[in-house]
Amino acid sequence: MLVPSIYEMVVYHPRLARKAQPGHFVIVMADERGERIPLTVADFDREKGTITLVVMAIGTSTRKLVRLAEGDSLFAMIGPLGHASELDVPQGTVIMVAGGVGIAPIYPIARAFKEKGHRVIIIQGSRNKDLLFWTEKAAAICDEHIITTDDGSAGRKALVTEPLKELLEANRDHENDPAAVRCIYTIGPAVMMKFCTLTAQPYNVPAVASLNSIMIDGTGMCGGCRVRIGGETKFTCVDGPEFDAFAVDWNLLMSRQKTYCEAEKCSLDRYVQQAGMEVQK
Amino acid sequence: MSQEQQQSEQKRVGRTAMPEQDPKVRAHNFKEVPLGYLPEMAKKEAARCLHCAKPRCVTGCPVNVPIPDFLQLVAQGEFDKAAKKIKEKNAFPAICGRVCPQEKQCEGKCILGIKSEPVAIGRCERFVADYERVNNLVAVPELPAKNGKRIAVVGAGPAGLTLAGDMALAGYDVTVFEAFHKPGGVLMYGIPEFRLPKDIVEHEVNYLVKLGVTMELNTIVGRTVMVDELLNEEGFDALYIGVGAGLPAFLNVPGEDLSGVYSANEFLTRSNLMKAYLFPQYDTPVVRGEHVCVVGGGNVAMDAARTALRLGAKSVKIIYRRSENELPARGEEVHHAKEEGVEFHFLTNPVEFIGNDQQRVTQMKVQKMALGEPDASGRRRPVPVPDSEYVVETDLVIVATGSKANPLLTASTPELGLSSRGYITATETGRTNMPGVWAGGDIVTGAATVILAMGAGRSSANDMKQWLSGGQEGAWI
Repeated sequence: MLVPSIYEMVVYHPRLARKAQPGHFVIVMADERGERIPLTVADFDREKGTITLVVMAIGTSTRKLVRLAEGDSLFAMIGPLGHASELDVPQGTVIMVAGGVGIAPIYPIARAFKEKGHRVIIIQGSRNKDLLFWTEKAAAICDEHIITTDDGSAGRKALVTEPLKELLEANRDHENDPAAVRCIYTIGPAVMMKFCTLTAQPYNVPAVASLNSIMIDGTGMCGGCRVRIGGETKFTCVDGPEFDAFAVDWNLLMSRQKTYCEAEKCSLDRYVQQAGMEVQK
Repeated sequence: MSQEQQQSEQKRVGRTAMPEQDPKVRAHNFKEVPLGYLPEMAKKEAARCLHCAKPRCVTGCPVNVPIPDFLQLVAQGEFDKAAKKIKEKNAFPAICGRVCPQEKQCEGKCILGIKSEPVAIGRCERFVADYERVNNLVAVPELPAKNGKRIAVVGAGPAGLTLAGDMALAGYDVTVFEAFHKPGGVLMYGIPEFRLPKDIVEHEVNYLVKLGVTMELNTIVGRTVMVDELLNEEGFDALYIGVGAGLPAFLNVPGEDLSGVYSANEFLTRSNLMKAYLFPQYDTPVVRGEHVCVVGGGNVAMDAARTALRLGAKSVKIIYRRSENELPARGEEVHHAKEEGVEFHFLTNPVEFIGNDQQRVTQMKVQKMALGEPDASGRRRPVPVPDSEYVVETDLVIVATGSKANPLLTASTPELGLSSRGYITATETGRTNMPGVWAGGDIVTGAATVILAMGAGRSSANDMKQWLSGGQEGAWI
């Protein structure tokens, strides 16, 4: 457990670890009756043959996942899926905006940019200080680490969009500087990514978002993860998960994410009740 | 009338009916619809066979099952022997007896069909396979000594499983790689429980495991491991690609991305593979519409419509742009769907999906069609009727208008020769342009049937055995 409700899992899967790159995701099932849920790779170790995942326990499936103890096995893990991050960006500054659990998937991408010699700024947002994790890990691979919380319990009391706007404002008229901002990456809740995109819109800097659509197979077979990108239908699993943030139809993404909210609540109520009964025994 | 004439008359009477669940009852459960023959029914039906000198039924079967021979055994009550007779040519009779389009194959060629009804070959096939399974008569044949050669099969669907079985029986060491967490391919994710119970598929797969076939699940060839790695690093001597045509085709009309618009692949995968029909005992949900529209007229459309009905829909409409004569679905599926209360709207085509403020589908705008000149497929092309648009109320739309080639494996194997539409180019026996690599089933032909994929697997297995045992001599293609 990293902080209450957020857990780090290290999974041994040499074949997958060998192929994993920043930006890839995997699909996991906790048990035979579980959902297939996509999780972006938070780290990988090719020598040890492991993949690191960070999971926030929200619904039934994520709660089942975090209940697994060290030494347990996942029922299934497949991948790596999706396209790896496009790291071929002109030298300069890259701003990585992470909301909540988003710091985990953004970490290997930020590290890769750093290794390629870019100046990396991480803006890490959280509701409060109790939900902040990987702050030291993030600080170690970037040049500037800005923490924001909604309630001011750690870092700045602000939304991630505030420092983003300031950085982009300061970057104006510096397009030819070697340290100019060349790219913005945003990973987090859809609504946060939407507002990062709106904030960045006037500044003429490319922005990339990693989308978190609902999926089943993750291989292009079902089309459940369709999103509208620049007026065209794309599949998050095989065409993404990273897309030009300015081209994303954010409202459609958010409404599609809510397709099953009633079923999810029903499933969770049942799960909590059963888990509670187990504890009583 | 002579005795011979009497017998001949008897044979011309109609086929023996197969008991089925009452349509009103079955429309609300996922249990299998036809209940299968009882032994006496099977004997009576099999006795109708005329035993033609040149049996046309056998040539109508993609894997050439010796149909008159097995029917004779059924008529004699030798059900176990009949099952073994079929298995000389077809490893999965319990599946084929249920899902083959017999009216277009064996039964379509039956001489009795000219003046009366053809022998119900599929029902007899199903009966003997079930008889063998239920009575625990399935026996693993004595296997030859392993020859030390290793075969990789990509995709645990009908084509790959057939080839895997054939190669294992010939002494090869076979590993099947499957992306999903369960083997079976379309038999698991596509065809619903009420048409093909999943325990039958599991039984058939277990039979292969008993033959020594290794199943590597949750492994995507092209992502987790590459084709060239399997051949060059992991030491496989030959590789078979049977990954299917699993990419949904959409209509490309406005509003298609609204919540509540599914591809048939997604709807059926949720319900069948993930068992959403048992939600919340299983965790995966599925939208349960009250007024459902299914777009398309194939078997997949029928499966989706009947699944929606069983998930509690008040009305289910099939929206098909051609007329009833052009319906590509198997006759029995159309018949069953109608019996269960599915409505058919022919010569109708969606032009737009309309949603509410939460971007959930609430209506579908359609237009009427008329049949024009024949197109490339030989069927009359549907053309829109001007000013014929109207709106249908709906809260769940399932698009079942076909599928395309999935590029996941082929994109990661750039040397593999493809058609312009992304299907793998292969010879009659499935040889691709890469020596040692065969392909078959939907990824070569485009979406087709289970039995055609099985036939492709069989043909490649024969060729593969020859190539591997013959010192791999001569020109590859």
